[in-house]
Amino acid sequence: MIGMVATSVMRKASDLAQQQRWIVGGVIVVVGLLCVWFFGFQAPADAVSKYRFSGGGDPIQLPTLELPTATTNLILSLLLIAFGIYHLVRGLKNSAVLFGVVAFLLLAIFLTWSIRGASLNMTGLLESTLIRSIPFLLGALSGIMCERSGIINIAIEGMMLTAAFVSVIVGAFTDNLWLGLAAGVVSGALIAGVHAVFSIRFKVDQIISGTVINIFAVGMTNFLNLRWLTVNQELNDSGTFAKVPIPILSQIPVLGTILFNQIVLVYVALLLMFFVNFLLFQTRWGLRTRAVGEHPKAADTLGVDVFKIRYINVIFAGMLAALGGAFLTLGSVGRFDKLMTNGRGFIALAAMIFGNWNPFGAFGASLLFGFMDSLQLKLQILTSVIPSEFLLMAPYLATMVVLAGVVGRVRPPAAEGVPYEKQ
Amino acid sequence: MPPILELRGITKRFPGVLANDHIDLTLNQGEIHALLGENGAGKTTLMNVLYGLYHPDEGEIMVRDKPIRITSPRDAIAQGIGMVHQHFMLIPVFTVTENVMLGDESITNGVVLDRKKVAGEIRELSTKYGLEVNPTLYIKDISVGIQQRVEIIKLLYRKADILILDEPTAVLTPQEADDLFQVLRNLKARGNSIIFITHKLREVLALADRITVLRLGKVVGSTEPKNTNSAELARMMVGRSVILSVDKEAAKPKDVVLNVQNLVVRDERHSIAINDVSFQVRAGEVLGIAGVQGNGQTELAQALTGLRHVESGRVTVLGHETTHATPRQLFELDVAHVPEDRQQDGLVMSFPVEDNLVLNEYYRPPFAKGIVLNFDEIEKAAAERVREFDVRTPSIFVKTANLSGGNQQKVIVAREFTGPIKLLIASQPTRGLDVGSIEYIHKRIVEKRDAGAAVLLVSNELDEIMSLSDRIAVMYKGQIIDTVNAAETTKEALGLLMAGVHGDGKTPALQPQTPEQKAETHHQ
Repeated sequence: MIGMVATSVMRKASDLAQQQRWIVGGVIVVVGLLCVWFFGFQAPADAVSKYRFSGGGDPIQLPTLELPTATTNLILSLLLIAFGIYHLVRGLKNSAVLFGVVAFLLLAIFLTWSIRGASLNMTGLLESTLIRSIPFLLGALSGIMCERSGIINIAIEGMMLTAAFVSVIVGAFTDNLWLGLAAGVVSGALIAGVHAVFSIRFKVDQIISGTVINIFAVGMTNFLNLRWLTVNQELNDSGTFAKVPIPILSQIPVLGTILFNQIVLVYVALLLMFFVNFLLFQTRWGLRTRAVGEHPKAADTLGVDVFKIRYINVIFAGMLAALGGAFLTLGSVGRFDKLMTNGRGFIALAAMIFGNWNPFGAFGASLLFGFMDSLQLKLQILTSVIPSEFLLMAPYLATMVVLAGVVGRVRPPAAEGVPYEKQ
Repeated sequence: MPPILELRGITKRFPGVLANDHIDLTLNQGEIHALLGENGAGKTTLMNVLYGLYHPDEGEIMVRDKPIRITSPRDAIAQGIGMVHQHFMLIPVFTVTENVMLGDESITNGVVLDRKKVAGEIRELSTKYGLEVNPTLYIKDISVGIQQRVEIIKLLYRKADILILDEPTAVLTPQEADDLFQVLRNLKARGNSIIFITHKLREVLALADRITVLRLGKVVGSTEPKNTNSAELARMMVGRSVILSVDKEAAKPKDVVLNVQNLVVRDERHSIAINDVSFQVRAGEVLGIAGVQGNGQTELAQALTGLRHVESGRVTVLGHETTHATPRQLFELDVAHVPEDRQQDGLVMSFPVEDNLVLNEYYRPPFAKGIVLNFDEIEKAAAERVREFDVRTPSIFVKTANLSGGNQQKVIVAREFTGPIKLLIASQPTRGLDVGSIEYIHKRIVEKRDAGAAVLLVSNELDEIMSLSDRIAVMYKGQIIDTVNAAETTKEALGLLMAGVHGDGKTPALQPQTPEQKAETHHQ
């Protein structure tokens, strides 16, 4: 009797899973059929899509991949259909693999179709993917340091915007990019300090504190930009960091261009990713940080200073976000434009969540968003079929899709957002 | 030999409350000193002062004959003082090792956490004191009893030799409690000194070398187990004679009121919390649900009162289908509910007492006419209920949050017990209350039973279950492992059932499956 009810309950649960499998698998197959029809049969029969891997000046030249557009897309679409059928019949346990394979195939199909009769520099695309993912990565690392200690950081956007602004002005005024960078980092730390005092000392709702900082940063930079920078144009021209190729390593085809011929800030950001991971999971400070973010009272009863840990983490987080902001100016365009962060702080927040508050996971998500960001730029140049306004949405759409898929699968720190009160 | 720890004139005031009033206490090396008192007597406050979580307004602490200042747990730890809190201070997503080392981490290569070394130390402590744990497991994956061992190991790892345990048996079965006592005697034999906080007389008499009784923030007296007995200790605790057992006549069960069939309910994490539970409660009887905390009792009460979705099965009240009934539909059927968490589910803490007193029937005459409330009637009824149920409040307009726990519970009882109730579902009705309030609420529950109500009593206090119930159903892992007659059972027998050991010695007492079902289960 007992066993029967128990199994019937379990069966219900598995029924649901099976239903879900059928729906997902069915959708994949239908999408695959649409791809066959549109990207396969509707594509011009004689068009060729070229993927290039080497730039003109590279010492080692790699062959260009030339694919007949229609045939390639037919094959890729059939692969997609086969994959959908496999999921229908056998069922894939790992949803990340499912998502990854489907997204890869769809992108490949779309990309091959978009560059029909033209060529795409893949190395360039991947290089710009990495560069564009750096602000997301730094913002996400900022969020991770802050939230792992239990303070919600919705102010990444504001910290980035402020630092972008400050670093340009100081960089231009002193004619020294490093001083500009330092000033940007200090500004981030100061703003984070305000967030820390609000959240920790005055126990203000952390979402509200973060929102206030974002609004303040937008208003302040807009005002100063309009009233001051537009009349003193020379202060809004800092120049940018030069690329520092790493000897030998930068000569490796494709990989060298992508990874080892970048400005110093890119290397720093990647090292910071390893550093934050090491700090959080292998050191005393990290153990205490995570303890404070999970159960501050327990940490307190063991003599851990909850407030000190939170203050330092929040301020460090501000500095990380500031690096991301300075990267947008000193690292790429060398001037400040109003609202130039353009929601990147929030995408970084999404990357943090998608990465389950882990640095490497967040980097993976950052790469995805960075890829969408650079892809839309390339496509704007390559294709005129899709209005550029829609292409501009790509990174944000990717964020929404990713966040929707990730809901319920990740777990934020337990004490996040709850001010700690000693008796 | 001078005492290892001495508290002199410790005084701690909270706004409007004198929690500790010039308390003196000495702890000798190698003794177990029981601190006995009702909830709210100031035991925990005193120990939080000693552990540096509160700062005393007056008084002095001497450790090993030297006056010291303790301003934070760090100071207390440095003096060799360690505390196991009533609510465990463990981080669920950390391993045992990480929880133990937190705040006092071992480091190699200058910065890297040395988890291996600490795990080794934990294993050593485990074997030395009979505290078996696996250091690599996550806290969320181990039982409450083992979590408590981790808490004790945390203290020993820090070389604490003055151990404070705050109500350590609240979450344990009687057998687990006996195991704990053995560990404590073991620790004592190795020269540790222990302060043991409790309100349970049995434990004090079984374990303590000396007993200090607190009442209303003052020391009432000190004694030794051989010079006293339960009745005297109870009198010291409460300040007057108490009847420790509930006076009640044998039940006269009549018609079935609550009928539960094959109930299946899931918890927050969607795992099955109640697995095919069936039982009946008749008019005029009390069915007690016993069990170690977390075996589905909470979810059972929630499912029966419309606060949790029923996955499958059927519930009827007096023949009415109520499987998916809302709390209001149940109220209309004269079902009363004393929820487990009175502040969360029972009261709106920021509302005045009068509003909470009519929270179940404010919507119907005479309290409302259409959408308009009739405040005169509400006030009249509230005043009447406050008088009848002896709620100690300055007025009915006071914010409910300002009342003591006992009086908050009386507000709920006053609200729920008014009117002709047919079924009473009471969850932990006396949790955290003083003996006086407990006595009162027990009396009221028996009154309702005698008036013909069916009573379902869910409680973690075995004493309460045994003294109030006519029949006792024991829950284990979401199932009713057995139902026994309260008059014919013993604490030990119930303890075994609570641990999942069935009367005939087999574990666990689940019914055997048919081969066909086995095949199905296997197929999953």
